[in-house]
Amino acid sequence: MPIKQMGEQKIWQRREPLKQYAIWAGWMLGGMLFVFCWALISQNTIWEFLYDADEQAASLIGRMIPPDWSITGSLMMPLWDTINIATVGTALGIAIAFPLAFLAARNTSPHPALRAIALTVIVSSRSINALIWAMLLVTIVGPGIFAGMLAIALRSIGFIGKLLYEAIEEIHPTPVEAVTATGATKSQVLAYAVWPQIMPAFAGISVYRWDINIREATTLGLVGAGGIGLQMNAAINNLAWAQVATVFVLIFATVIVSEWVSARVRHAMI
Amino acid sequence: MSIPQVPFEQRLADLRQGRWRPLPLISRRWLRISLNLGVLCYLLAAWLSVDVNWDRVAQGMDRGLDFVASFLTPDFVTRSGEIFVGLQESLTMTFTSTVIGVLLAIPVGLGAARNIAPRPVYFLCRGIIALSRTFQEIIIAILFVAMFGFGPLAGVVTLAFATIGFMAKLLAEDIEDTQREPLEAIRATGAGWLQWINYAVQPQVMPRLIGLSLYRLDINFRESAVIGIVGAGGIGATLNTSINRYDYDTSAAILLLIILIVLLSEYFSGYVRKWTQ
Repeated sequence: MPIKQMGEQKIWQRREPLKQYAIWAGWMLGGMLFVFCWALISQNTIWEFLYDADEQAASLIGRMIPPDWSITGSLMMPLWDTINIATVGTALGIAIAFPLAFLAARNTSPHPALRAIALTVIVSSRSINALIWAMLLVTIVGPGIFAGMLAIALRSIGFIGKLLYEAIEEIHPTPVEAVTATGATKSQVLAYAVWPQIMPAFAGISVYRWDINIREATTLGLVGAGGIGLQMNAAINNLAWAQVATVFVLIFATVIVSEWVSARVRHAMI
Repeated sequence: MSIPQVPFEQRLADLRQGRWRPLPLISRRWLRISLNLGVLCYLLAAWLSVDVNWDRVAQGMDRGLDFVASFLTPDFVTRSGEIFVGLQESLTMTFTSTVIGVLLAIPVGLGAARNIAPRPVYFLCRGIIALSRTFQEIIIAILFVAMFGFGPLAGVVTLAFATIGFMAKLLAEDIEDTQREPLEAIRATGAGWLQWINYAVQPQVMPRLIGLSLYRLDINFRESAVIGIVGAGGIGATLNTSINRYDYDTSAAILLLIILIVLLSEYFSGYVRKWTQ
């Protein structure tokens, strides 16, 4: 710890002066970058639109209240579709991510080249939002629930794969050695030494992803991939904000319920 | 959790005869079977409600193969101007919204920590977090575009709003996990509230706060690629246009750039996190 001499007094300081200057310079640079970025955004913003933003907001909220409850019945089927998209999509994602995670984990991967490929697939899947996957899939398989399910699955692969391979890399090596020492084959080692150690993590990750997928599935309809998002999109395009509000309330309720379910399941399993 | 129904001696005897089975996860037999049946029925019902038009899929397959092939021939050049502007807008939106969001999330996070906030503040801040976390960024973007008009400002506000919920929730959990001794020690010196937060809480949560901010930067960049679809600025609009035009070479180029930036940011944030801890 450096001590600064000021006349008679010694003053304790937390950092070396050079490091302190480096930190200040870092903050300065960050601040300048922020100002620069803000200037760019400000240039691209039509500020005239903002003069009446508060009126716009007030009128928007005014038109949303009260929600139009008469369409609730017709929203039940899309809601069921949304839940299906999330659940089946998650199941598909798990089915693909599970073997991928074993290929990607350092300690279970059969070959470094396979590991590199698996890691690339995982990163690519994670970098691209479900909505973009949906946009692509709608042009390929046509609009509807099927595209939504595939989009959710493709997005989930990266998330589940990453968390799962990290869990696999963190297992204790001792059980693996013990099972190997009994003369077990590779698949038996996986089944009796690796799998029991990652089972709780696997269950937790899957349920967590399902919870996220419920949220994501609510918006897939915006690009034509089925579910309640389709109704939301139609209502927005008609400027029927009272109906939009009903959809919002339903989404809110669904997300809360799914969060509760996932918390319960994770609690029971871990 | 599970009480083995088969007694231990029985299991030992089974083991000696080579008939041992691992304990099932759910020990109650009827519950296990009915749960499995229920899941099967649900999956069947869900699958039946999917109406796959295989003719359409077959037609689209060509386009799908085109798209996959276009990853081998990405076209960065033809629309390089639009891609550059879109990426620049996305990146500036990402940075500004993360800074604003984190700054706003800190007071909300402090308020949402059970161990330092009074009850009414706690419930208010938890409410803000729940509201911000329930809706997808894209839904919030639709509302803000309706209020603020098209352009990157709506995107910045959207991402900042989403950042508040994410950061405040994790920060609050982190504050709740802090060690109590430093908190008591600083309080015992007669420190004021701000000094207490600054000298007892802040040093304990700072490394994780930096790590989470970088993680959120990453998320915001990925989200900024999406909210452009509804008119909130950024690379999403360019991507949307190129996909709608079946201009897959450009789409592939944009997607490759997004993946590259996410990879770079992941590498960079890992480095910074190592440095701060």
